[in-house]
Amino acid sequence: MKNMFRKFFVLAVALMFVLTGCGSKTTGGNSSEKKIKVGFLYVGPVGDGGFTYAHDQGRIYLENELKVETISKESVKEDKAEVEKEIELMIDQGCNVIIGTSFGFQEGMLSEAKKHPEVKFMHCSGYETAENMGQYFGKIEQMRYLTGIVAGMKTKSNIIGYVGAFPIPEVIRGINAFTLGAKSVNPNVKVKVVWTNTWYDPAKEKDAAIALLDAGADVIAQHQDTAGPQQAAESRGAFSIGYNSDMSKAAPKANMTSAVWNWGPYYVKQIKAIMDGTWKAEKYWGGIEDNVVDIAPLTNLAPEGAKEKVEAAKEDIKSGKNKIFVGPLQDQTGALKVEAGKIMTDDEIWNMDWFVEGVEGNIPKN
Amino acid sequence: MLRLVKRENIDKGTNIRIRLLFLFFSFIAISIFLLILNYNPIEVFRGMLSGAFNTSYRIKQTIITAIPLIITSIGISIAFKMKYWNIGGEGQILIGAFGAALIALNFPDMYKPLLLTVMFITAVILGGFWAVISGILKVYFNTNETIITLMLNYIALKFITYLQYGPWKDKKAMGFPKIPNFSDNAILPSIGGIHIGLIIALIIVVIGYLFMKHSKMGYEITVLGESKNTARYAGIRINKTILTAVFLSGALCGLTGFIQSSAVSQTLSIEVAGGVGYTAIIIAWLSNLSEPLMLLVSILFAALLQGSSYIQTAAGIPKSVALILQAFILFFILGSELFVKYKIAANERRAA
Repeated sequence: MKNMFRKFFVLAVALMFVLTGCGSKTTGGNSSEKKIKVGFLYVGPVGDGGFTYAHDQGRIYLENELKVETISKESVKEDKAEVEKEIELMIDQGCNVIIGTSFGFQEGMLSEAKKHPEVKFMHCSGYETAENMGQYFGKIEQMRYLTGIVAGMKTKSNIIGYVGAFPIPEVIRGINAFTLGAKSVNPNVKVKVVWTNTWYDPAKEKDAAIALLDAGADVIAQHQDTAGPQQAAESRGAFSIGYNSDMSKAAPKANMTSAVWNWGPYYVKQIKAIMDGTWKAEKYWGGIEDNVVDIAPLTNLAPEGAKEKVEAAKEDIKSGKNKIFVGPLQDQTGALKVEAGKIMTDDEIWNMDWFVEGVEGNIPKN
Repeated sequence: MLRLVKRENIDKGTNIRIRLLFLFFSFIAISIFLLILNYNPIEVFRGMLSGAFNTSYRIKQTIITAIPLIITSIGISIAFKMKYWNIGGEGQILIGAFGAALIALNFPDMYKPLLLTVMFITAVILGGFWAVISGILKVYFNTNETIITLMLNYIALKFITYLQYGPWKDKKAMGFPKIPNFSDNAILPSIGGIHIGLIIALIIVVIGYLFMKHSKMGYEITVLGESKNTARYAGIRINKTILTAVFLSGALCGLTGFIQSSAVSQTLSIEVAGGVGYTAIIIAWLSNLSEPLMLLVSILFAALLQGSSYIQTAAGIPKSVALILQAFILFFILGSELFVKYKIAANERRAA
């Protein structure tokens, strides 16, 4: 018996040596300095079928198009220290481009960008920039408007439930655009909002949707990265509007369409610019005209005539005829926020912290 | 027939051999698991080791991860020696961090050494206080400290969440729920890429060892853990000893909270504790409550955490799979406990 233990012991130790020995060989080469290696930080798991999935599809597209090496880390906490640590580990692995895809990564990315001027940073959905840190996001609210049309036509109770993520401008302007879209076809519609304060928590998001269904909603829209709200709608025989990627498979008996992201072409353009040495930190905010955002094909649950209405509205948005946030716009109290004929500036849209008329719910004041 | 027989005295060699054997078993189980998922196990193990130790940066990260584990496990072990099951480390860390943040956010411009000292003292006192709640309830109402300390974790967690989403929310974060960052004065300095929490941790190891082995108080705690009656005969003031030990236990967890919030997070958030309070229980237990061993085991644990974080990027392994690997290793190592305490004997012959 004793002998056997000894054998195992020797074996285990030997194994460890083998493993460490080999390990040092693999990461030894830091030869070509031009080689691009991109590190992606994700807020949720790639398998969320939503936001992170859409970015990961973009990463795969980038890898295939430009044959660059990429690595990714999923479920990174939106905590400055965590983000800094993960970025350091990626740079340590040879990354010279860091892409972070969630709002809460901003502070950590900014401080890392200052620490590593030779590394390029791209942050999704924030506002801070630096010499080597750009911002990018898409006008998903254009697609929210279109999906709002579908929801507004479908609802019978005239109550649409909207499961909000965090009460930040990104989410608020999405809710507003959605409401304006719904009201464009159904002036009596009300959009009820609840906050989950999560990006990825399937159970909590599902519960929030159920609460909205209990409050009379018969169509559910959402902002989180999971299909939880879709499934809630399906379980109650209601209908739903997805977000991030085509969610029709997650709830085939409820989903009518989704507002979706298409990141691949943007990533390719940026990395190409870095390779050519023409990259500059920018604030990119593209819309349907760049194909960064799109609306998923309407399923056969969508109301009759919706397809034509959506197509027409899509063309108007593409051509710039419909700017969505155009006065007169009233807030929830009925007070005029944007005068008739006035178009909200990008800056105003970016910092939107009020709901348009027709939204029921409140934004925590602080 | 096979049966389990209690080992009478376990020598150190057998102990270590059994643990290594089970570590080896865990590798086999993991390999099978990884093969089923179509990953190369050798690559993954190599990745884990290289992720924890291969470059100086990764070694530093492993050490930084180990710091809170060292201090917290020593803190918890003080109560454990008394057979007082303080599983509230997590909450005590959070409340300690709250204490540090309370000072850091209100006096951002105070002279740095003074500010850090006041943060330190507040964190330690609040951490100790949070633990002593369970002590008082135990001493005067004979409640179960396991339940009370566990439940206090949730109260602490929800309290911090409340601050983060409510009164302490950063007004500059555009509605995103986070607490403002500490000023530079409130951040612990670092030496060579590792914050001085490491020095504090090493001092705690030495003091903890001397305190438990060579002080009157440490002796009293140990005796109390062995038998309450013996302690009573020896004239030990039981209630006072319990309360003091529990306070010290929580105070060290509070110290962890101070270090983590000041040096690592540089703010207060619900991630400050990050499961350290629970991991420390396993570490204290595996180390047989011995301070030098806790230092070693903490570093091994940190390496495990770092390694399984690294393989996610290096080998593209999903986070959930990496967590399952950790769980396999823990399961086998903790399972080996049974075979350290007992041995399998064949039931064929009876001793005459």
